[in-house]
Formats: sequence, C-alpha cells, structure tokens
Amino acid sequence: MASRKKTENKLPKSPTGITGLDEITGGGFPTGRPTLICGAAGAGKTLFSIEFIVRGALEYNEPGVILTFEENTEDLEKNVASLGFDLKKLQKDKLINIDYVRIERSEIEETGEYDLDGLFIRLGYAIDSIGAKRVMLDTIENLFSGLQNQGILRAELRRLFSWLKEKGVTAVITGEKGDGTLTRHGLEEYISDCVIMLDHRVANQISTRRLRVIKYRGSLHGTNEYPFLIDEDGISVLPVTSLQLNNEVSTQRISTGLPGLDQMLGGKGFFRGSSILVSGTAGTGKTSIAATFADAACKRKERCLFFAFEESPQQIIRNMKSIGLNLQQHVDNGLLQFHASRPTLHGLEMHLVSIHKKIKQLKPKVVILDPITNLVTIGQMSEVKSILIRLIDFLQTEQITVMFTALNINVSSSEQTDEGVSSLVDAWISVRDLESNGERNRGLYIMKSRGMKHSNQVREFIITDNGLKLVDVFVGAEGTLLTGSAREAEQLNEVTGRELRTHALSRKDREIDRKRKVLEAQITSLREEFDSVQDELNKTYLEEDLRKKIMEKNRKTLSQKRSNGKNS
Amino acid sequence: MAKTAKPEIQEKTKASLPKTKPANDRWELRLYIAGNTPKSNAAIINLKKYCEEHLKGKYSIEVIDLLQQPQLAAGDQIFAIPTLVRKVPVPIRKIIGDLSNETKVLVGLDLKAIK
Repeated sequence: MASRKKTENKLPKSPTGITGLDEITGGGFPTGRPTLICGAAGAGKTLFSIEFIVRGALEYNEPGVILTFEENTEDLEKNVASLGFDLKKLQKDKLINIDYVRIERSEIEETGEYDLDGLFIRLGYAIDSIGAKRVMLDTIENLFSGLQNQGILRAELRRLFSWLKEKGVTAVITGEKGDGTLTRHGLEEYISDCVIMLDHRVANQISTRRLRVIKYRGSLHGTNEYPFLIDEDGISVLPVTSLQLNNEVSTQRISTGLPGLDQMLGGKGFFRGSSILVSGTAGTGKTSIAATFADAACKRKERCLFFAFEESPQQIIRNMKSIGLNLQQHVDNGLLQFHASRPTLHGLEMHLVSIHKKIKQLKPKVVILDPITNLVTIGQMSEVKSILIRLIDFLQTEQITVMFTALNINVSSSEQTDEGVSSLVDAWISVRDLESNGERNRGLYIMKSRGMKHSNQVREFIITDNGLKLVDVFVGAEGTLLTGSAREAEQLNEVTGRELRTHALSRKDREIDRKRKVLEAQITSLREEFDSVQDELNKTYLEEDLRKKIMEKNRKTLSQKRSNGKNS
Repeated sequence: MAKTAKPEIQEKTKASLPKTKPANDRWELRLYIAGNTPKSNAAIINLKKYCEEHLKGKYSIEVIDLLQQPQLAAGDQIFAIPTLVRKVPVPIRKIIGDLSNETKVLVGLDLKAIK
C-alpha cells in the first residue's frame, strides 16, 4: 500500500484551481505534460483552459501563456471578463502572456518544405519572457484549416508536444470534437497523458454541461461524467459523491421546534447533521413544519438557510406570520437567509451549485429545501435523486442539518418512497390528510428515524394561530384515531363523562351513608333489646338467689326453733 | 517591364488595384528564417533568384532570423519557417515554405500575370 502511494506521489500535478476538478483528477493536470481538452463547439473548452491559466497565475504563482488561434486578444479579454478574470491586468503584471496567432488562408501560399519553428519561437519567447509554467493552445487545430500540407503539420505537432514536454510546461490544448474521434484532426494521438472531454447536452430543454476524464496516465482519476457549470465565478465541477461513506457523525440532538414532535423522537429531536424528509400531500403543512424548524434553529442562534422553490421569501414570511412565526426578525438578525428561485430558472446542476455556493458562503447549521419535488419538473427522477444524494453527502460532511419537504401527489402512494430519497435520509416525517366524518385533518407520523427511539403513533397535528401543535392521541371506540371535531367531541364526551361519574359517585356515597345510618340504628335497637333481655335474665337470677337465701334463712330459724322446743 | 504592367492594369482593375504599385513602387519583402537551416538557405537563394528575374532593381529583401529576434515573430503573425512576407505593396501576402515552386511563389506575390 505504501509503495503504491509512493508511485502516485511520483507524478507531479499542477492544481487547476477549478472547483471540484482537482478532486476528480487527484490534484490537477500532470505537471510538465500536455493535457487535451476536447469537446463540441460551445462546450466551454476555452474557458476551461483559461481558468486553468488564470488560476495558475493568481493562486499558484505559475505564470501562463495563452496562444490563441481563434480569438484575438481583445475578444478573449472581453469574453472572460464576464468570469471575473482581468486579463489586461494580468498581462501588465507579467503573469499572463497572450499571443494571438492569426492564420488567414487567403493570405498564405505554401510552396516547398517548411516547419513550424516560427510558432515554436513565438511560444518559446512568450514562455521565457514571463517565466511561464503553464501554456494553453486554443485551438491548435486551426492550423489544419490554414495549412494544406497535413504531413508536415502532423510531424510538426508531434514535435511541438515533445518540445513542450522538454520545456517542462504544463500545457492545455483544446480540440474540437470530431466525428467518431475525440478531436477533429486526431490530436489525441499526440497527447496521451491526460484527456478531458467536455460535453454539453440538452435534455428537456435544459442544458447540462458535463466533464469526463477519459484518460490520465499514471494517475487514479474519477471516471464518471461530472456535471460542471460556468457562472460568474468561473467553472465549478461537481463530483457526484465523495466516494466514501465515512462522514463524521454527531450525537448532539436538536429540537424540531415542536415539543410534541421532539417527544415523538425520543424526547430530544433530530441528530445534528442528519437529513430529514417531510413529505405529505398538498396543504398538509410541510412548509409550516419546515419554517418552525428554521425558527427553532434561529432561536438557538444558529444560522439557517432556506431554499424556496415555490414561494417568494416575502410570501413565506407573511404566511408564517399567520401561524405566529415571526421569521422577519431572524432575517433582520442575519440568522435566516432565504434563497428563492424558480426550479425552471436553470438546470438541476446549476441549482446544486448555487445551493453549494450559498452554503459555503453563509455556513449555516440548518438548511431547508422547500420543496424538492418541484425540482422534478426540470429533471428526471433519477437525476433529482442523484442531486439529492450529492447534496445530502455534502451537507453531512459539513455537519449541516437539512430538512427537505416533498409533495406526495398521489395519496395512495404516500407510503412509498418519495423521489427514492427515503433511503438517503435519516428521518422521515410523513404528514397526511386523515379524512373522516366529512373532515380532513392532518396526521403526522414518523416513518423512520435512524438511531433513536421514536413513537409509532399517528399524531394529529394542528395549525393554530400560535404555531403548530401536536395533539395527544384519541382513539375511538373501534380503535380508530379520532381527529378534528370528532376528537373534540370525544374530548367533550370525556368531560361530560367525568362530570356524570362524579355525580353518580356522590349519589352512591349518600346511599351508603344512609344505609349505614339505618344499619347503625338497627344495631342500637338490637343492643337495647339485648340489654333488656339481659336485665330480665339478671332479674330472675337475683330473685332466685334471694329466694334461695331467704329459704335458707327460714330453714335455719325453723330448725332452731325445733331444737329449742325439745330442749325446753 | 513597366510597359508590360500597364495593359495588365486595364485588364484586371477590379481584382487588384494595388497592382498599380509594382509599376512605380519598390517591393519590400521580408523573409523570416530560424537559424542556418537548409530550408532557410534554399528559401533565400530561391527568393533572390525570382526577384532578380522579375523585380530587378525595385525590391528589397530583409532577412530576419527569429533565433536572434524572436520578438519579431508575433508582429507579422509568423508561425511557419521560412515565411516570406510581402510588406509592400499591400495587401500583405505570405508565402511559407522553401519557395521551391516558382509558379506558386509568383502567384503568391501576385507576380504571376507579369510573367
């Protein structure tokens, strides 16, 4: 492994400075070797090469020579000014040397042997005059249209590229895409170290630029087609995914802004850096949930970025005011930033890039995309999915919590995956219309929530003037969930029931009291009776005793009397 | 030679107005070479020969060695070596190669008709 790494390090690379491209190529173009950039007309070959030169001059202290065969210096300066490159100044600072080679066939007559030493000398002079490390040839194939002797030309081109290698400059050569070949005149046979193909495709009337590293000798490179963009900051290439799945994870939990929902999520809310999908049918309050989440984040003094694809920021702020969320204060504090754009404004890739850019600028802790389903209008489902994969990937590496909302068009399919992203997200909250008793009410479930205990209950979720609320579960007699007025009726029922029960209870108490009193009365009378019987019994007993005593006494006196009479 | 040039003007007034000039003005030719190579030498020899034949007495040849003065290459848009540039009369014409094909050189210099 170590030796392998060594060989990889052996190939020196010149960073392009183009966002994302250095990641794909593992550090940039091969230093001291020519790189071919090919593609159809308008694919961005020239801008690509110029950015390589300009970034080299500005960021890596490698001055560059631009040898252009197509546009003259002034045109070139004007064209790239829109990307923020000031070629005039760079030329003045001796960082860039532009040489325009004009080949006018009508002016030129060929006779006999010749070579392209003139070009070599010009290039060599340009390189030496500023100590250039980078060279761009745009588009050298113009020579083919200007000169007739192809044999000489081909031999000279071969010589040119080996000469460039000898010079040790990192060269970028552009070439128009040919029929069945990478370039019209087969330049690829001379430049075999690194070939990059640019492509510009239009699908569903929305164009996407793509880039592919066709070959890169002696280096690992990404082989996929990568979308790229040209905007006011130059070119950005988006590697589809970072190839590994080893993002840092956080165990910190953040509140959803809804105490009821937090409770359903093990009492603490989502993990920081996780991705949350809120799906639901139209008008179920997805945006409100998202806004509540944003509000909670801002109240924690965390920055939040809200991408709206449906409503304007003002509209969202106004609408959320109606449920008691004051988002304006967060906007004023700079904690909350809206970024609203129509999905059809540009292609998916562009959206992704603008999202990337905004996130990099603001460095938010929480990002909200509302709704992602609108993006489907401009791309295939699979493309949207790939965009979301990349976005989630990016956000997870940045430890940013993201909440997507998604619209379910078909109620019956609401359990199915939304845009196929459910496998990508960490938590999925589904908001659904529950229709019963001639009413529609909102029910909220947690379809999944990775890595935490979560409630399996369907909770009714109501939107009040003071924000969102989750109501306790009311299950009716048949085990059905009661919502809306049915729930309210049930609540009332319960209150009545309680009242009635307390009433019944007090009546029973009184009854018992009374019974007890009757019993007690009976007990007293029985005791009285017993007492009188006892008295009666005692009386006879005493009488008997008395009689016995008296009789004893009488007998004694009698027998005394008798003995006395005998004695006397 | 001035005599032959005149009827030619009448013939082709539209196509090449500047051709009035060869009759009166001097021809300024510039030959770009890079070092002392066989091609360069051949070009110099050929050019001198044609000029002696066709433009005797009213031409000047400036030979520029780009190895000595590389900064001059861009000015005349030189990319091939050797390149012959007709600076005067205008418009500028360029002939690249060792000038071995006389007809082509003369056509290139707009001298063909004269011959």
